[in-house]
Amino acid sequence: MSVASPLPHDAAALHVTGQARYVDDIPVPAGALHLAFGMSTSARAAITGMDLSAVRAAPGVVAVLTAADLPAANDVSPSIHDEPLLATGEVFYHGQPLFLVVAESHLAARKAARLAQVAYDERPAVLSIDDALAADSRFEEGPRLFEKGDAATAIRNAAHVVEGKIEIGGQEHFYLEGQAALALPQEGGDMVVHSSTQHPSEIQHKVADALGLPMNAVRVETRRMGGGFGGKESQGNALAVACAVAARATGCACKMRYDRDDDMTITGKRHDFRITYRAGFDGEGRIAGVAFVQYARCGWAQDLSLPVADRAVLHADNAYHLPNARIESHRLKTHTQSATAFRGFGGPQGMVGIERVMDHIAHHLGLDPLEVRVRNFYAEVSGDGLAGGASAPRDPADRPPESISGKAKQTTPYHMAVEDFVLHAMTEALLESSDYRARRAAVAEWNAANPVLKRGIALTPVKFGISFTLTHLNQAGALVHVYQDGSIHMNHGGTEMGQGLFQKVAQVAAASFGVDLAAVKITATDTGKVPNTSATAASSGSDLNGMAVKTACDTIRARMSAHLAETHQTEPSRVFFENGRVFVDDDVMSFAEAAKSAYEARVSLSATGFYRTPGLAWDRIAGRGRPFFYFAYGAAVTEVVIDTLTGENRILRTDILHDAGASLNPAIDIGQVEGGFVQGAGWLTTEELVWDDTGRLMTHAPSTYKIPACSDRPAVFNVALWDKGRNVEDTIYRSKAVGEPPLMLGISALMALSDAVASCGVAYPALDAPATAERVLTAVQRVRAT
Amino acid sequence: MPEIVFLLNGETVRVGDEPPTRTLLDWLRERRGLTGTKEGCAEGDCGACTVMVTDERGARAMNACILFLPQFHGKAVRTIEGISGPDGQLHPVQDEMIRHNGSQCGFCTPGFVVSMAVAHANGATDWNDQLAGNLCRCTGYAPIVRAARAAADRPVPDWISADIAFSLPEILPGVRGQAAPAGATLAMPGSSDELADWYAAHPDATLIAGATDVGLWVTKQLRALMPVAFLNGCHDLKEIGVTDDGIRIGACVTLSDLRATMAVHHPDFAELIRRYGAVQVRNAATIGGNIANGSPIGDGAPALIALGATLHLRKGDARRDMPLEDFFMDYGRQDRAPGEFVEAVTIPRQPDRLKCYKLSKRFDQDISAICGCFNITVSDGTVTAARIAFGGMAGIPKRATSVETALTGQPWTEAGIAEANAAWDKDFSPMSDMRASAEYRLSAARNMLKRYFLEDTGTGARVMEVQP
Repeated sequence: MSVASPLPHDAAALHVTGQARYVDDIPVPAGALHLAFGMSTSARAAITGMDLSAVRAAPGVVAVLTAADLPAANDVSPSIHDEPLLATGEVFYHGQPLFLVVAESHLAARKAARLAQVAYDERPAVLSIDDALAADSRFEEGPRLFEKGDAATAIRNAAHVVEGKIEIGGQEHFYLEGQAALALPQEGGDMVVHSSTQHPSEIQHKVADALGLPMNAVRVETRRMGGGFGGKESQGNALAVACAVAARATGCACKMRYDRDDDMTITGKRHDFRITYRAGFDGEGRIAGVAFVQYARCGWAQDLSLPVADRAVLHADNAYHLPNARIESHRLKTHTQSATAFRGFGGPQGMVGIERVMDHIAHHLGLDPLEVRVRNFYAEVSGDGLAGGASAPRDPADRPPESISGKAKQTTPYHMAVEDFVLHAMTEALLESSDYRARRAAVAEWNAANPVLKRGIALTPVKFGISFTLTHLNQAGALVHVYQDGSIHMNHGGTEMGQGLFQKVAQVAAASFGVDLAAVKITATDTGKVPNTSATAASSGSDLNGMAVKTACDTIRARMSAHLAETHQTEPSRVFFENGRVFVDDDVMSFAEAAKSAYEARVSLSATGFYRTPGLAWDRIAGRGRPFFYFAYGAAVTEVVIDTLTGENRILRTDILHDAGASLNPAIDIGQVEGGFVQGAGWLTTEELVWDDTGRLMTHAPSTYKIPACSDRPAVFNVALWDKGRNVEDTIYRSKAVGEPPLMLGISALMALSDAVASCGVAYPALDAPATAERVLTAVQRVRAT
Repeated sequence: MPEIVFLLNGETVRVGDEPPTRTLLDWLRERRGLTGTKEGCAEGDCGACTVMVTDERGARAMNACILFLPQFHGKAVRTIEGISGPDGQLHPVQDEMIRHNGSQCGFCTPGFVVSMAVAHANGATDWNDQLAGNLCRCTGYAPIVRAARAAADRPVPDWISADIAFSLPEILPGVRGQAAPAGATLAMPGSSDELADWYAAHPDATLIAGATDVGLWVTKQLRALMPVAFLNGCHDLKEIGVTDDGIRIGACVTLSDLRATMAVHHPDFAELIRRYGAVQVRNAATIGGNIANGSPIGDGAPALIALGATLHLRKGDARRDMPLEDFFMDYGRQDRAPGEFVEAVTIPRQPDRLKCYKLSKRFDQDISAICGCFNITVSDGTVTAARIAFGGMAGIPKRATSVETALTGQPWTEAGIAEANAAWDKDFSPMSDMRASAEYRLSAARNMLKRYFLEDTGTGARVMEVQP
């Protein structure tokens, strides 16, 4: 059976031979034009003049469009219509698109775009978290507050208290393929758009609005992205809309791809956060109460910042039972790029907050942070752990859910019962496989003997909630055709950005029909085939689309079974699809023969499939309910070494155990875990975004923004999937989502660095992120000063 | 443009109608429809555009995004489309990449496959270094290295060895030394003498050696660079001469070649060069370009200054020499007359006391926040000579003369160093930028002297040397 097989990525052979086609590789019609934005060089100003005559006169320029030239909506926002494609009189960040150049080549467009004379009347720019707090510049009317119990009293009555603050930097996606779109004008004003996007339906919607057309006049196709990571959930809107309006204006095919520097200057990144905390606990480190204040720097437009900030709050507990918790969340509006979705979607920042608290508590009590972490874990559900099931919405009323045994279940700070907790067993297994205890002793020995180089080791867990917190997004559609030769055409609303979604879902389809995977044709995501799709985001791709495709396949298979049962005068339950053949009682035929027979009997061999996640009920304003269908789990042990003279640091070894449920494809899932860890560790170590004091991003290319290189991966890197993994909820073949959760395993690197720094003295390191060499050295000096 | 001739995936191509600053990448993608080679950054940092370039000296990985067509004159270029065999057979590295799940989004994959194929052809197995110039955002690199390792023992396919065996004069007769016509705005001199004549007559020209910096003037600053001279035909500038007195390094010696020589004489300089840029950059970048562009954060100058190097300049037939540090006058200003070019640099022979400390956010392929190079001679427990030079601490590569003076004649002890540390403030007042703060730069520089002492007296102080 194809499900659960470690098959390679569906496009692997195309990738390695250079044949895999990305948007910029699609052959274009003769006369295709190329676009570039002219960008603001001020972070906050009124535009008092924009002389574009030199732009228009530049070689190769065909047209120059400003906001006034747009045919309909000037809006590329995914949320509250606060993000014009082209600026209208005011600018709100350095890099904001002002005008659009349409030229005969990419280079000609870029050259011309720099020739504008723009006059700015500068206004005070709100750049930092402190600036925003001082100016009370924020989204929503005030901070959101999620509360469970009485944190203030619990902290006041606790035997011990720590408090502190951590600054957590943002992160550039650095998808290797920059943003790109291609618009092909059609007869009657219709538009076809190829977009490197995680969200074709939204591209369709924004393009339709921009052209003043209904959505049925726009078709969007996405075969693959060269990486997304959340950066192509909303950030591709501008390019697609620009191409569409330019194609409308010129009648020519129009293509736009951002130069890397433009991409990093224009598009949003992971939100940087400041988190302050105050925690009360007993002598063994058990938390009685904790209070967090999370400050998210959201940038100039709302984009997806509200659900991002919500998810940070929803992960302020990570894997720990917090009997009393108060989490205040500020969504601050600044004159910088509009921060956006990025793998984890706020969850990572929330988790760093509580992991810092665990680390701080352990330091305060002189305990191994591991002990403190495990003592605070949620309780493991007794019994077989399969009691959950796709049940009705939990009652969001203010009373703890009851278990069958009558014992109160532990709940999250948003009052959801944790019923699938598996980290006790996983942690034990990982401690053993990583030889944690012996290595922790060896680290201490090393540190006693070495004056300059210090080692550190840490285990951190991950518990990540799976589902879109905007509940209506938890739906997916599929379209499956079986042709009369037995070949299968599979389509669904999910997009392929490298995560292997298409292959995993194709495995589901092949399993449904009992055919070889080669019989299933994977096809580009297409708004003309499956409508009203959600973004491929929130790790939901396989869960949602796998189920939708399975439903479609099952529908067709049931029709084929009914037909064959009739021709063989037996029951449909006597029809089996296996190994490319169909068995009907004692008869056997190839799948192709079965398909042909059904076709000739006038049986429909095409079906749609639809799925919606059951059991969700979430009130985001009250902070109560069941936002998540289930949780995905993982744990990592990372060992590092630091140089106390320069702060240079390196990961020496990482061991990971990750819960992918009953994996649909272990090879692909391990790839997500390895890659997610390295990306998460990069976020917290070398990847530093720096803006100057005028709001200009100074790190806008790989020369200045450093994602991990080959030698930055752990020298020893052991990654395994939890072999007892099985989703207690009824997901596709009991698998679990795996896209985002492993990123947060990278937090173990930050905590290991903290451990190494702590060995240098008595004070708590209070290491901020990213822990660059400079921050590590500063922390070493701080620890030694006291 | 004079006609450029090279082999592309085994076929001879002639290009005569392109601007000389057309990058190979744009030409491949836009003129030849070879879209397998990707643009990830257009500045030579991500390696998505990596191509295999072979000449009589072997196969090398290079970045097509910042190299110009004339630089490939007379060479064999193989793109991802040519890594597979003529009948579509997979190269062993392609096959192993599939088996080991080495691709996810696939966009960086062609560049990785080419780098891996070059390493495979050359028998190189230091994967962290061979792949340092290729960025992947999906996989975390582990499966790619597993694939490279698995392919290492499989034979080099014939179509690849055909390029390696390729003998320039037989396949591409008479492509060398295209003397520039008088008044031409493009020159491809065949020797330093030809270059000297032409440059004296065109002192406003841009000289292009490896283009790892000049390439960005075109792809990022969008500058028009005319007139230009491509120095890849100046073979006499590519020589390294080692005598009893000194090591003379021609201006067009690549960092790869310099690294090989320095591995013998000053291994820490060789290691600095390894980190200076990844394989693709080292294969193109030249030491002359690194010096002549006057960058305050180039890594070549501090090491060479610490070694007491002499710079050789030439204008027409006139030559002059100077201590390298004197060449750097102020930020963006060098002691170089119009029409004058860097011909070579000479390192005096000496016992190896050089240590080079490069601080950057990432270990590989990153520009230094600080690069400190220390060359301290100790005799009977006393410092007898000290040459210390830094990049990233001032507007130019600069010696720490006060610290050198404070150390010289003093006992080589922690106390002696602590005393000399007071002099740092006299030598440097660095700035804060996106790479590091001024405070960090100063305190790390001070600590580097301590690291030199510790290493000299047997205490390990490099994280790269710690084993898991």
